[in-house]
Amino acid sequence: MRDVCPRRGKAASSSDRLGGWTTRRPAGRACASRRAARVHGALRLMLSRTASNLYWMGRYLERADFTARLIEATQRLASLPSSYGGAVNAWESAIAASWMTHAFSATELPITETNVSEFLTLAPGNSSSIRSCLETARANARSVRTALTEEAWEAINAAWLEMSKLGPHLAGRDALGSILEMVKHAVSAFEGAAQRTMLRGDAFWFINLGSSIERADNSARLLDVKYHLLLPRGESVGGSLDYFQWTTILRTVSAMTAYRWVYRDSVKPWLVADLLILNRQIPRSLASCYDEIRRHLDLLASQTGRRGPAHRLAATGHARLANTNIDNIFADGLHEFLTGFIYDNNRLGDAIAEQYLF
Amino acid sequence: MAGIDAFDEMFGSSAAYNGGAGPLFGEATAINTAYRWIRDWLDNSPADVMAARRRQAELFFRRIGITFAVYGDPDAAERLIPFDIVPRILARAEWNRLEKGLVQRVNALNAFLGDVYGNREILRAGIVPEDLVLQNPGYCLHMAGRKPPGGIWTHIAGIDLVRTGPDEFFVLEDNARTPSGVSYMLENREVMLKLVPELFEHVKVAPVETYPEMLLETLGSVSPRGDGAPVIVLLTPGRHNSAFYEHSFLADKLGIELVEGSDLFVRDDVVYMRTTQGPERVDVIYRRIDDDFIDPLVFNPASMLGVPGLMAAYAQGNVTLANAVGTGIADDKAIYSYMPEIVKFYTGEEPILKNVPTWRCREPEALGYVLDNLAQLVVKEVDGSGGYGMLIGPHAPAATLAAFAAKLKAMPEKFIAQPTLALSTCPTAVDSGIAPRHVDLRPFVLSGRNGVNIVPGGLTRVAMTQGSLVVNSSQGGGTKDTWVVDDWDA
Repeated sequence: MRDVCPRRGKAASSSDRLGGWTTRRPAGRACASRRAARVHGALRLMLSRTASNLYWMGRYLERADFTARLIEATQRLASLPSSYGGAVNAWESAIAASWMTHAFSATELPITETNVSEFLTLAPGNSSSIRSCLETARANARSVRTALTEEAWEAINAAWLEMSKLGPHLAGRDALGSILEMVKHAVSAFEGAAQRTMLRGDAFWFINLGSSIERADNSARLLDVKYHLLLPRGESVGGSLDYFQWTTILRTVSAMTAYRWVYRDSVKPWLVADLLILNRQIPRSLASCYDEIRRHLDLLASQTGRRGPAHRLAATGHARLANTNIDNIFADGLHEFLTGFIYDNNRLGDAIAEQYLF
Repeated sequence: MAGIDAFDEMFGSSAAYNGGAGPLFGEATAINTAYRWIRDWLDNSPADVMAARRRQAELFFRRIGITFAVYGDPDAAERLIPFDIVPRILARAEWNRLEKGLVQRVNALNAFLGDVYGNREILRAGIVPEDLVLQNPGYCLHMAGRKPPGGIWTHIAGIDLVRTGPDEFFVLEDNARTPSGVSYMLENREVMLKLVPELFEHVKVAPVETYPEMLLETLGSVSPRGDGAPVIVLLTPGRHNSAFYEHSFLADKLGIELVEGSDLFVRDDVVYMRTTQGPERVDVIYRRIDDDFIDPLVFNPASMLGVPGLMAAYAQGNVTLANAVGTGIADDKAIYSYMPEIVKFYTGEEPILKNVPTWRCREPEALGYVLDNLAQLVVKEVDGSGGYGMLIGPHAPAATLAAFAAKLKAMPEKFIAQPTLALSTCPTAVDSGIAPRHVDLRPFVLSGRNGVNIVPGGLTRVAMTQGSLVVNSSQGGGTKDTWVVDDWDA
């Protein structure tokens, strides 16, 4: 049963969607205090649909940004001579890292740079292509236009306008480069605008929750796939052949320079894993993402005075990252760790949706 | 196309309308004083500067996403309404007269609606035929005997005016249901302030930016609960609706929640919205959904846009709908033809705004006249809007006329006819330069417990096609900023 504001009669009926609240307040008082708060502008309730749209908008923008970076890093890798590890499977691994192996094979196209990058950027049929991500993000933003500031909306709308000028095929490598630049720029512009202009309230927090969850998901998948592709050969890791493979990962998350700064060491696989999983200074590390997720969930709780299953799951996930080290992770198996993480991260996403009645 | 004499608002005189072929600013002897600055500005702006400004304006509208959809045109899911950067000017004195007329007319509309759903005095007095009202598809039986809070029915009315001479304004139609276009009125001004700030230095233009504030006050004034701050929401059919931009724009400016039907539910005849923290009670719904779709339990059962049980909550007086249900009867064009009598009946005054003479085809004599003179008349469906399904006799080919005559004979009660009015023209930027184009004006009239309020001006719509008299955006019309000018530098 949930608290409601009936003027008369009984409280919640079974027709309501159930949330996972752990606390209850007496109906009458909640009603009065809410109305009082409204007068002073302290509290505004957000539509569940709005929260859902904002959350998914955050996720789709993050995914677009990630895909753009992944393509750039893959281009760089694929352009190397094969004696430097200019891997023949560079584009294959890009598809795998974006988790679209099946979707791509359904197109029955050969794996080439053009085919893969078109599939990842422009393909209207690919629901995770950059085009689709921007379209969905923009559609979500449009239907909750009032929850965004003008500047934040314009950043998304401008990117969508650019994108909608493009057909399904790339006009060439230059064209791809400028699309990727545009996408990264648009997502930055959106985050900047949101950061600078949006009220610090649930709208802002739901967007950030979405992008943090998606970011954690992307980083975990990227690491998992690359590790899978790279390690099973049983070669001595850290050789010059692998160097470019590992730096590709770092470039994808824009952490090449950060790596040097943090570890003052040559590129070593376990340090890359450490950086991406546990390092709190790197914004795309799992630990960082969970810092953000927890923070935004806490802010939501401080506004509503209520905590729920999502808070518990986030705290568990956060603790797991805080109470381990890279040696333990390797000892238990990195792949197992990452698949477990991806699963839990998804569960957290579901719990947020359920708790806030999406 | 035959040229018609039309009043040119810039020169303040009627001129044989030549479609802009001749020199516009030749040796103009007289000019409407308020337009002098506009003319100087146009004279001093090289063509490339004007073109650049037009492009900037378009870019601005695209960026903010101010678009509308044209039904039946899948390629134009989101289209821009053409914006013309030459403003349309009304002198303060002209506006004051219009304003008085609008207040009078909207007061009469509200009184009429309250009456036909109440005591039906106007029917008993024989002013308006009973069957025209009670058998009208626009008459909503569910509202008979009901009285919305404050006795206000059409909280937001859009009255379409056209001008035919220096002092001649006609009401073309009343929109008492859900008039749209106010976002363009507001955004057009913003664009003008950005694009040509220099013009505003010399000409003192009455601001329109108070509209959201006035609307919020109007909506709050009719809340069913007297205490505290009412919870007001804007109910939209969703982002696929042609006016969705406007819905989101207004919700944003008003600081109210933009809701879809699925965001609301009714329990024990009280309306709630679903929030992340559970249900919150809703007091006033500014709904931009037609009556038919508002509650599937009462009206169209297939509607996915509405809220089941909403009408019951409304009937219990637990929520206010703006505009009220059933106002469509006042938009009926046969009812329109009685407006002079309606105004007199309720206000005891002579109507300030004129009505266009209207032939009601339901009357055999009128039908005969209309059929004989079809090529000179404009024929409209009584419940039509948006310029859909209307006939402009002088512009129609013979085959269309014949087809329409057949329709008229088959269902005369569905149509009215009016003389083809020579809508006034305003200078307008077109590809070949500046040329006169026909315009109309839709002021937005707000009625609440706090009285009737109107921001000075309204939305000027302009027929962008040479010679066209149809200004509707769904038919390729554009818009202009409308200036009510208080004074100007000599």
